[in-house]
Amino acid sequence: MIQVLNLLLGGVFHAAALFLVAAGLQLVFGVQKILNLACGSFYALGAYAGISAVKAALAAGVPAPLFVLVLIVTGLALGVLGPPIERLLRTIYDRDEAFQLLLTFALVLMLEDVIRFVWGAAPAQLGNVYLLYGQVRLEGLRIPVYNFIVIAAGLAIAAGMGLLLTRSRFGGIVRATAENRSMAQALGVDMARISSRVFTLGLVLGTVGGALVIPAGAAVNEMAIELIVEAFAVVVIGGLGSMRGAFVGSLIVGVLKAVAIAVYPEAEMLAVYVIVIAVLLLRPAGLFARVTA
Amino acid sequence: MIGALLLAAAVTAAAAVPLTGREYYATLMLPFFAYSVALLGLNLLFGTTGLLSFGHALFVAVGGYTAAYLGSALRMRSLEAMLVVAAVTAALVAVPVGWLCVRYVRIYFGMLTLAFGMLFYSFLYKFYGLTGGDEGMPVARPTLLGQSFGDLDKTGYLVGPYYYYSLAVCVVAALSMWRIVRSPLGLSLRAIRENADKAEYVGVRVRRYRFYAFVIAAVFGAAGGVLLVVPTGLASPTLAYWTHSGNLVFMLLLGGFSHFFGPVLGAFVFIFLQDQVMSVTEYWRFVFGVVLAAVVIFLPHGLMSLVTRRVDA
Repeated sequence: MIQVLNLLLGGVFHAAALFLVAAGLQLVFGVQKILNLACGSFYALGAYAGISAVKAALAAGVPAPLFVLVLIVTGLALGVLGPPIERLLRTIYDRDEAFQLLLTFALVLMLEDVIRFVWGAAPAQLGNVYLLYGQVRLEGLRIPVYNFIVIAAGLAIAAGMGLLLTRSRFGGIVRATAENRSMAQALGVDMARISSRVFTLGLVLGTVGGALVIPAGAAVNEMAIELIVEAFAVVVIGGLGSMRGAFVGSLIVGVLKAVAIAVYPEAEMLAVYVIVIAVLLLRPAGLFARVTA
Repeated sequence: MIGALLLAAAVTAAAAVPLTGREYYATLMLPFFAYSVALLGLNLLFGTTGLLSFGHALFVAVGGYTAAYLGSALRMRSLEAMLVVAAVTAALVAVPVGWLCVRYVRIYFGMLTLAFGMLFYSFLYKFYGLTGGDEGMPVARPTLLGQSFGDLDKTGYLVGPYYYYSLAVCVVAALSMWRIVRSPLGLSLRAIRENADKAEYVGVRVRRYRFYAFVIAAVFGAAGGVLLVVPTGLASPTLAYWTHSGNLVFMLLLGGFSHFFGPVLGAFVFIFLQDQVMSVTEYWRFVFGVVLAAVVIFLPHGLMSLVTRRVDA
C-alpha cells in the first residue's frame, strides 16, 4: 500500500512539471495555432537558469530556505525572451503548419546550443538544497517535503490559470481569439499584443516548471528534446488547446510512467505512446478538446 | 533538355569524386546517397501528397536494423538481400501504421507519425535483448553482388565498390520515383494535395492513394536506412528519434519540396554544410537552427527555387 502511494506521489510530482509545460503548449496552440516544439527548450532553460540563480543567490547570502522564491523569480524573469521569439514566429502565422512546426524546430536546435554554450555539456545539479524543508517519514519511506511544494505549486498555477482564463478580461480575450481569430480581430482585439502576451505566458509556464522541478534532479542537455515528446503526449491525450486536457493528460502520463517503471521498466515510454496512439485513433480530438482556450 | 544534361553532369561528377583521391569527401557522399533515397520517398508524401510526416525516421531505422539483424543474427551478408528484406519489412510495418495515419491530415497526421516513430524508438532503446538497447547493433560489411572485396580495407571498400553501389541505388531510386510521380498515381496524389475534396469528387480514392504514398515512402526510407548504416557500421536507436525525423524534414525544406530534385539538393547541402560548420564550431546546431529559420521565413521553396523554375515533385 505504502509502495503504491510512493509510486503515485512520484508520478504526480512529474505530472506537476509536465502540466506547466503542457499548459504553455496549449495556450500557444489555442491562440497562435502553432504546435510549439520549443516548449521543452523553455523548460530546460528554466532548469539551468534556476540552478545558476540559486547558486548565485546562496553565495550572495540569501537565506537558503528562500531558494524556491529564487527559482520562481528566475522562471518569470526568463519571460523577457517571450516577445522577441514571438516576433520571429509572427512571420509565419498565416503559413502552412509544416512551416510553423519547422520554425519551432529551428528554435529547438538554437536553444539547445545556447544551453550548451552557457552551461556546458556536463549535467548541472543543485546538491541537497531541496532537502532543507525536511522529509516526511512514512513507514520507512522518506519523501522530501519539497516534492509536495512542487505539487502544490502546480495545483496553484493550474487554479490560477483557470481563473485567469475564465474570470479575467485578458482570459476572455484569449478564449475569444482561440475560438475565432478574425472575429476577435474585427471586434478590436489587438492581435499583435495578445499574441505576444500569450506566447510569453506560455514560455514562462515552461521556464517556471523547469526551474521548480530541477532541485530534485539534474539538468542535462537532452532534457529539452525528451520533455517535448512527453508534453506532446499530454496534449494529444488531453486534446489540443484544452487546459483541462493538459491537467488530466499530465496526470495520466506522469502516473503511467511511474507505474510502468515500477512494474515493467522496458515499457516506460512505450506505454505512453501506446496510449497516445489509442487516443489519436479513438478520439482524435483528445479526451477534453475545446473546453477552454 | 538542359535539365537532363545537368543531371547527367551531376551523376558523372558524383561518380568522379572517389577518383580525385580525396577519400574524405567520398565518405561524405555516402550518407548523401542514403539520405537522398530516403528523402525522395519522404517527398512523395510531403511535396507530392501534402502530408507532413514527423516520424519518417521510423522507416530509416527499420532499414538500418534490418541490415544489422540480417548480418549479425542470420549471417546474411548480401546487400541486395538486405535492401529487399528491408523494403519488404518497411512495407509490412507501413501497412498498419499507414492505414491508421492516413485517416488524418495536417497537424494530426504529423503528430500520429511522430508518436509511431517514438514508439519504435522506445522499443529499440528499451528492449536490450532484441535490439542491443542504447548501444545499438553492429552492421557487418555486406557483400556486393556476391563479391566480398576481402582484399580492401574499410575505407577502400567504402570509397570503392560500396560508393558506386550506393550511387547506383540512388540513381535507380530517383528514376523509380520519377516514374511514380509522373504516373497516374502521381497525378492523383498531386490532385489530393491541391484539393482533396475536389479530387474525391472526380473519383480519386483519397485515403487509399495517401496510403499508397505512405507505403512507397516507407520503402524508400528503409532502403536509405540500409545504405546509411553500412558506412557507420552501427544501427542505433537514435535513427528513429524524433529529431532525426525533424532533420529529414529540414533537408527536404532546405532543398525545396516543390521540386523533384529538391530533396537531393537538400541532403547534399545539409551534409556538406554540417561538415564545414562542425569543423569550425562545436555549436553547429545553433548555426543550423538559424539556417532553418531563414529558409522557413525567406525561402519557403528551398534552395532549388533560387536556381530553377518549378519542376513538379
